Amino acid sequence: MSLITPDFGLLFWMTLIFVILFFILAKVGFPVITGMVSQRQDRINDSIRLAKEAEERVRELSSEQARMIEEARKEQAAILRDAASARDAMVSRAQEQAREEAAKIIEQARIQIAAEKETALRDIRREVASLSVSIAEQVVRKDLSDNEAQMALIDRLMDEMSSTKMN
Amino acid sequence: MKGLKLILVMILALLPVTLRAQELDMNEYLFGHVGDSYGWHVTTIKGHPVCIHLPVIVHSKATGWHVFSSKHIEEGEEYEGFRLAGEDEKHSGKLVEVTSLGIEKPLDISITKNVFGLFINSLIVLVVILLGARWYRKHDAREEAPGGFAGLVEMVVMMIEDDVIKPCVGHDYKRYSPYLLTAFFFIFINNLMGIIPFFPGGANITGNIAVTLCLALCTFLAVNLFGNRHYYKEIFWPDVPIFLKAFPLMPLIEIVGMFTKPFSLMVRLFANILAGHMMILGVLSVIFITASMGAVLNGSLTFIAVLFGVFMDVLECLVAFIQAYVFTMLSSVFIGLSRQEPEHE
Repeated sequence: MSLITPDFGLLFWMTLIFVILFFILAKVGFPVITGMVSQRQDRINDSIRLAKEAEERVRELSSEQARMIEEARKEQAAILRDAASARDAMVSRAQEQAREEAAKIIEQARIQIAAEKETALRDIRREVASLSVSIAEQVVRKDLSDNEAQMALIDRLMDEMSSTKMN
Repeated sequence: MKGLKLILVMILALLPVTLRAQELDMNEYLFGHVGDSYGWHVTTIKGHPVCIHLPVIVHSKATGWHVFSSKHIEEGEEYEGFRLAGEDEKHSGKLVEVTSLGIEKPLDISITKNVFGLFINSLIVLVVILLGARWYRKHDAREEAPGGFAGLVEMVVMMIEDDVIKPCVGHDYKRYSPYLLTAFFFIFINNLMGIIPFFPGGANITGNIAVTLCLALCTFLAVNLFGNRHYYKEIFWPDVPIFLKAFPLMPLIEIVGMFTKPFSLMVRLFANILAGHMMILGVLSVIFITASMGAVLNGSLTFIAVLFGVFMDVLECLVAFIQAYVFTMLSSVFIGLSRQEPEHE
């Protein structure tokens, strides 16, 4: 059979076989494979997009977190500062109060002492007066016969008085 | 083909010994291997040919349809009024009907060696693709990717679709990709089966002009049936000075171009595969030609021939892929050109 003249029988069978093959493969062969592959491709693309979005979210969240921590730290510092100043104020106020109180107490004590002293002096005066009166009584009651005896009496009385006074 | 024969004869004439007919009939050896035949000669064991007999289907104008096994006409004998035409007769090698007026060629749609090979190889293509596609019916392709055989099929399919069809055809490539993928796998499997030297391979299918003619015709139809307005305007009224259109020089060239494109596809595939087979056969024939020249010459040349044979076989594996790839790519390009939208000025 000649090589370069197409043989009718072979051409006929080739056309038949190729057309049948084409229709079968076009129906149930290639579209299944290519369709599924493109579906998978879409899915992979979707997944990559989602992963990117999630990453973006995580980045946002972490920056948010950092911001929150920063804020909390600032707040903490402010609170600490406030507390310190309040404490200082409180302490100084207390000191002030204490000082005032002490001054008041001292003042009262002084007044009281002065009053006590006054009373004591009055008492002493009264005592001295009564002693003087009793001494004078005894002197007067005794017969003042002679001078010498009088003088001795006065001395003795004086001694007694001073010793009682000492006591 | 005459030139090829002449070159072969010249090479043979240069050999120092005369080649006797019973040793090796170069003509029959070469063309018997690359050509078509009514039976499939597998091998010869102890002088007896092992042959697969294929059905002969002929329609005679006088006696109607005849279907019989090719074993009845094997040795040139006549059966039901049919016999193989001899070498010096008209329709040499074909089945002819013997009538009172001489010999006549009947309508012949026999299942020849090439047709049988076509059946086998198409079945292989079908099984390969459907096995690949079957995986997707059982699995959710969005959740997992196929491995093993289905993965291989997917890889090749997607390689052709993504690297060849999509960029060459353009935006509506999905319409054409089943045809182009079918053509690719059909050519590729047939090329590979052609390299296998024994049954069920060995039939020179894509190196047969009828097969490539059919493929080229399919591409021709795909290009011209679905060509858009712009494509036909470019053919019949292209953007050239008016004197080139008034005397229809450019349209003439364009119309010729419509036919030369698929013609080149046809000849390229046919010639590449045929030449590859011829080269391998030629290299191996050295072994048989030198058989009568003594052990030393025969042995050393056999060694060289086997070395070259291995080289040629490896090369042919490459060519098998490249030719399938090129056919698909050029078909895609031609289709893409017929679907091109006009550029906006």
